[in-house]
Amino acid sequence: MGRYVARRLLQMIPVFIGSTFLIFSMMFALPGDPVKALFGEQHIDPVQVAQIKQNLGLDQPFMVQYWDYLTGLFQGDFGTQIASQRPVADVIADAFPVTVRLALFSFVFLVAVGIPLGVIAGLRPNTVTDRTLLFVALLLVSVPSFVLGYFAQYVFAFQLGWTEPNVQDSTNYGQLLLPAIVLAALSLAYVTRLTRTSVAENLRADYVRTAIAKGLPRHRVIGVHLVRNSMIPVVTFLGVEIGTLMAGAVVTEGVFNVQGVGRTVFQALIRREGSTVVGIVTLLVLVYLAASLIVDLLYAVLDPRIRYA
Amino acid sequence: MPEALTVKDATPPDTAAPGEPKPEKARSLWSDAWYDLRRNPLFVISAALIVFLVAMAVAPGLFTDVANPSSGDPANRYLQTPHFAHVFQADWLGYDVQGRSIWARMVYGTRTSLTVAICVTLLVTLFGSLVGMLAGYFGGWVDALLSRLTDVFFAIPFLLGAMVILTTFPNRSVWVVVLALAFLGWTQIARVSRGAVMTVKQSDYVTAAKALGASTTRILLKHIVPNAAAPVIVVASIALGGYIAAEATLSFLGIGISAPTISWGVDVSTAKDQLRIAPHTLLMPSILVSLCVLAFLMFGDAVRNALDPKMR
Repeated sequence: MGRYVARRLLQMIPVFIGSTFLIFSMMFALPGDPVKALFGEQHIDPVQVAQIKQNLGLDQPFMVQYWDYLTGLFQGDFGTQIASQRPVADVIADAFPVTVRLALFSFVFLVAVGIPLGVIAGLRPNTVTDRTLLFVALLLVSVPSFVLGYFAQYVFAFQLGWTEPNVQDSTNYGQLLLPAIVLAALSLAYVTRLTRTSVAENLRADYVRTAIAKGLPRHRVIGVHLVRNSMIPVVTFLGVEIGTLMAGAVVTEGVFNVQGVGRTVFQALIRREGSTVVGIVTLLVLVYLAASLIVDLLYAVLDPRIRYA
Repeated sequence: MPEALTVKDATPPDTAAPGEPKPEKARSLWSDAWYDLRRNPLFVISAALIVFLVAMAVAPGLFTDVANPSSGDPANRYLQTPHFAHVFQADWLGYDVQGRSIWARMVYGTRTSLTVAICVTLLVTLFGSLVGMLAGYFGGWVDALLSRLTDVFFAIPFLLGAMVILTTFPNRSVWVVVLALAFLGWTQIARVSRGAVMTVKQSDYVTAAKALGASTTRILLKHIVPNAAAPVIVVASIALGGYIAAEATLSFLGIGISAPTISWGVDVSTAKDQLRIAPHTLLMPSILVSLCVLAFLMFGDAVRNALDPKMR
């Protein structure tokens, strides 16, 4: 187990370096000069520009900048925002909890609603219940999240008046409910379908027949034998989905005006604030890598046949 | 040998052999799938929808008499509500904030959306299956290298990565969006085709072909590609719907296709400020985007059910 984790961690290093390098080089290629943009309409003093660039290390060649960034990163230094002079780490510390809260809220909703629906459908394959649930899931997958967001906003905020159209206080879970559901909707449909397929397939497995034959109560057959064994593809999906939910918040946060990572990244992109964008994407890559490691370790918990030497 | 990629070659040679006209042919995976598909109502509905959408993209003039959907109506029909009885006419679905016919803009936006989705899917399928095939067939260090490369691209959030790439272009045409989406999108196909090739590689007919002295190119094109194609086609047809949504989302955020080109996402973005007073301006293009994604997802779903023997 320990050796397996160590090997996986070692494999992550090139992936992490590769992904940050890719994002860093994309940002490096951005046209427009963030330092010159500071001066706005005023006369640009080339000496001053050169001075600021030297202070920020922007006059260095690309590879040197990347190396400085990477070494800084391991010391928790994400660089400095050019316009506001704020450390990027502070900006991220403001925005990240908001998105984490939204994504986790979404995730809970996903697990609490998606898996039970999938089990219900999977236990009765090819019945009306199953077909209806599958079709609703398909409908839900087809609606892009910005469309669903505005639709929900129009119905629940403008027509029914149940909630605020914009989130004013991101610690208020009542206000976060609508964005969280909208964010979860797409993944919810996938989780339901995946659970359904897996449960329906395992329904015919030998161990389920054995469990029924030895007279176990129905809830034990389903809960312990069937569902637990059917969870592997679902857990794989859910693990990747944590990162996707956080990245997908770009759209949902825009629709509901949540001051999270998505809005920060979007504003930073418009202002050509490379360090902020790279910092946030790097963190999202880390979240994804950590989640996929946890998923692999969970396999062994869910399926006793899997052992890591 | 591009013919090797066509579906026909997947038929086992014994059924195609001339001089043996059997009344009941042993059906291949593909003809079996086609037999199933024709009887699946979901497939028929989605195929009809797709034909309709493609027709709109190819010949928008057949569906609307508005010649220039980008210019506002001179009679200033600012935010006029729909006249649902006037099917296919300029005022069918109402007018937007600049007095432009919403239906006409939806018709003309179809070409943008479908072009992006189809081109991205083609590029992604070609590149992804090439990478996956090489990794799966050769194994060893080739596999290690290509798999890590796939991991690197897979770890970058798709939408955010596309946003970063697209902001580097001041004027974003359809092709810039296609390249940005394809640049990040190929990883899924690569993973799927790597797995499929690794399974097919073990089969007896590949060993037989090797024993007969077939070249690597011949084995790959004649034996591996046709037999590993099914899962790739399934993933690609489902991904197509996703790319339609991705293009609309990027355009909606203002970093997709730029202004003169008509795009559903841009129209939804323009309409969002009038959501309270004129919801139809937002609703109509939104419904079409969703319908379009739905059609391709249903199509992909039906194809998967037909090609996956486990689902029978």
